[in-house]
Amino acid sequence: MRRIISMLMENEPGALSRVVGLFSQRGYNIETLNVAPTDDPTLSRLTLTTAGDDKQIEQITKHLNKLVDVVKLVDLTEGAHIERDLMLIKVRAQGVLRDEVKRTTDIFRGQIVDVGPNVYTIQLAGTSDKLDSFVAAMADVDILEVVRSGVAGISRGEKVLSL
Amino acid sequence: MVELLSGGEMIARALEDEGVEYIFGYPGGAVLHIYDALFKDCKVPHVLVRHEQAATHAADGYARATGKPGVVLVTSGPGATNAITGIATAYMDSIPMVVFSGQVQSHLIGEDAFQETDMIGISRPIVKHSFMVKKAEDIPVMIKKAFHIAATGRPGPVVIDIPKDITRPDEKFEYHYPRSVKMRSYAPAQRGHTGQIKKAAKLLVSAKRPIIYAGGGVIQGEGSDLLTRLARELNYPVTNTLMGLGAFPATDRQFLGMLGMHGFYEANMAMHHSDVILAVGARFDDRVTNTVSKFCPGAKIIHVDVDPASISKTVPADIPIVGPVQAVLEELLAQLATIREKESDLPDQGALERWWKQIDEWRGKHGLWTGRRYGESKMIMPQQVIESLYRVTDGDAYVTSDVGQHQMFAAQYYRFDQPRRWINSGGLGTMGFGLPAAMGVQLAFPDKAVACVTGEGSIQMNIQELSTCTQYNTPVKIINLRNNYLGMVKQWQDMQYEGRYAMSTYEDSLPDFVKLMEAYGHVGMQVTQLSELDAKMEEAFAMKDRLVFLDIIIDPMEHVYPMHVAPNGSMKDMWLSKNERT
Repeated sequence: MRRIISMLMENEPGALSRVVGLFSQRGYNIETLNVAPTDDPTLSRLTLTTAGDDKQIEQITKHLNKLVDVVKLVDLTEGAHIERDLMLIKVRAQGVLRDEVKRTTDIFRGQIVDVGPNVYTIQLAGTSDKLDSFVAAMADVDILEVVRSGVAGISRGEKVLSL
Repeated sequence: MVELLSGGEMIARALEDEGVEYIFGYPGGAVLHIYDALFKDCKVPHVLVRHEQAATHAADGYARATGKPGVVLVTSGPGATNAITGIATAYMDSIPMVVFSGQVQSHLIGEDAFQETDMIGISRPIVKHSFMVKKAEDIPVMIKKAFHIAATGRPGPVVIDIPKDITRPDEKFEYHYPRSVKMRSYAPAQRGHTGQIKKAAKLLVSAKRPIIYAGGGVIQGEGSDLLTRLARELNYPVTNTLMGLGAFPATDRQFLGMLGMHGFYEANMAMHHSDVILAVGARFDDRVTNTVSKFCPGAKIIHVDVDPASISKTVPADIPIVGPVQAVLEELLAQLATIREKESDLPDQGALERWWKQIDEWRGKHGLWTGRRYGESKMIMPQQVIESLYRVTDGDAYVTSDVGQHQMFAAQYYRFDQPRRWINSGGLGTMGFGLPAAMGVQLAFPDKAVACVTGEGSIQMNIQELSTCTQYNTPVKIINLRNNYLGMVKQWQDMQYEGRYAMSTYEDSLPDFVKLMEAYGHVGMQVTQLSELDAKMEEAFAMKDRLVFLDIIIDPMEHVYPMHVAPNGSMKDMWLSKNERT
């Protein structure tokens, strides 16, 4: 089952490599990874998605918690949450397809953030599923480049991940 | 008045302030400022090894015997990489250790400078934590944190990597060594969950076929006395893991011996047929469980460990308890007392009596200590050597070992009544561990008998340390079980490869160990006859101030038994001899 694990960690050099290393060392998979400093410059927020059965996920969260640089951790998929993945996608936009790309982008509530005579660059945010659907909807379009941020997530309601 | 010290001086002073007794190390370019500071003003003696791997094993042996963190100092590049095997050894067995590694100057990092290696990166999967020093002012707090992390919770090695410029003598900083540190991201459990402990107590007294399975965590967590009290109050049988030997006294009637791959018949049988297992500081390692899906089918499991990740990792626990062994056992004893005040008929004495009768039956049938369980031979049997060692040292020696058949014979036949006496590389299985570890133990306890049980394969993996033993006068006794084969490899080749001894013999290439010892200034003696074994053993241990190497020629055909049947066997499936199995 897919899980979104999000953590606060010390904003120290090497902290990220400990998290990533743990996954390869113990044979777990990281599907997406997103990390950036928070409003507190001493802390980074790292969110990753992984897949595994309950036993594996339990081991993953226990081992992550053991890392000295990891301060606090939550499995967002255990409760109601919001997840967002950001995609920038550059497509060929010529002839009849130029309008078609624009229409599909509007339907998905994306934005064209860069326009060239032959290409559009589209920005789209949403769940990973939504981004996948958009890419699928572009089946007839020549996709030149796709870049995704990986999932960032936060719990719904009053629940917060903070110190 | 505030003192001004250089980075190198701060390291030397911090080690004093931390109460470090020995530094095991080897100098080199990147750590010369530190070594100069040690030379000029440091009360902590430094032990110069002959190879950095030995520094880590010696510090490790010291740590296992004393319970205090071992301290290692090595230079950058090859110094650091040579230390890796020893760090991994300590990591697998949860041994507290602080390793200082030199690094090239900050501005050269990443440029493939001379003797540069990414020590933080290379050591990452085998350390509890690591630090790279960026500013000399950080040194005191960083060292305090390193010792704190290494020694608390589930102990382990911590690396501090120090670029050379950080230690330069001409830049001085205010030095203040903190008494304690608090880290927001590191807070090991201080006690177990009371509700869980209550549940555990209830389950424990309701057992009809209970067993206590105790591991190295009981020794590391200083829980041996409490565990022994608990076992005796309940009159429950106890088995120890390879790492847990000594956690419960081996000569006690309630002790069933070691369990696992080469565990005692009665211990493995009792585990398999038990209805309640109290696992304390043990981790259901693959060398214990045999096939996990067939592990102890009728047992409910209470698992106590300070490391949550050890619980339900391989075998699911029915009652997990995360907490330090001491605190949990204390509370468990109190809970048991409360229950038994109200219900004095618990545990069921009739059931317990039947259980003991069954265990004694197993013990009588195939127990290693209840009769001779090894073959007759004109040659000395390896088991007889360990029995002789046990007799001559009155069961009171510190015994280190290397890895292989000799290690298993020592674990089976030396009866450890006290914790911290049996010192071996259990998790990583590091050949070459025994001699340097024995040095570390002997330095910690100069007046105690220290034996290193080894084989001619393992001893040659760190034999250069004989020179260190000369320099620091560590009169360890090396018991070389010599069969002229890599014995455990040969045993597997006998059992699974139809006796094809692929690269497991040395042919005629072995050195004359007696002459070799003389060359190093030690005493070497060869023993070939059983009739002279005890006398030579006594002679060796009577030479209290000399390192003595007993080169004992043993029967090369002997195998270690019992041995779990694999693959697909359960705890109760064992080979008992070459042609007899359960």
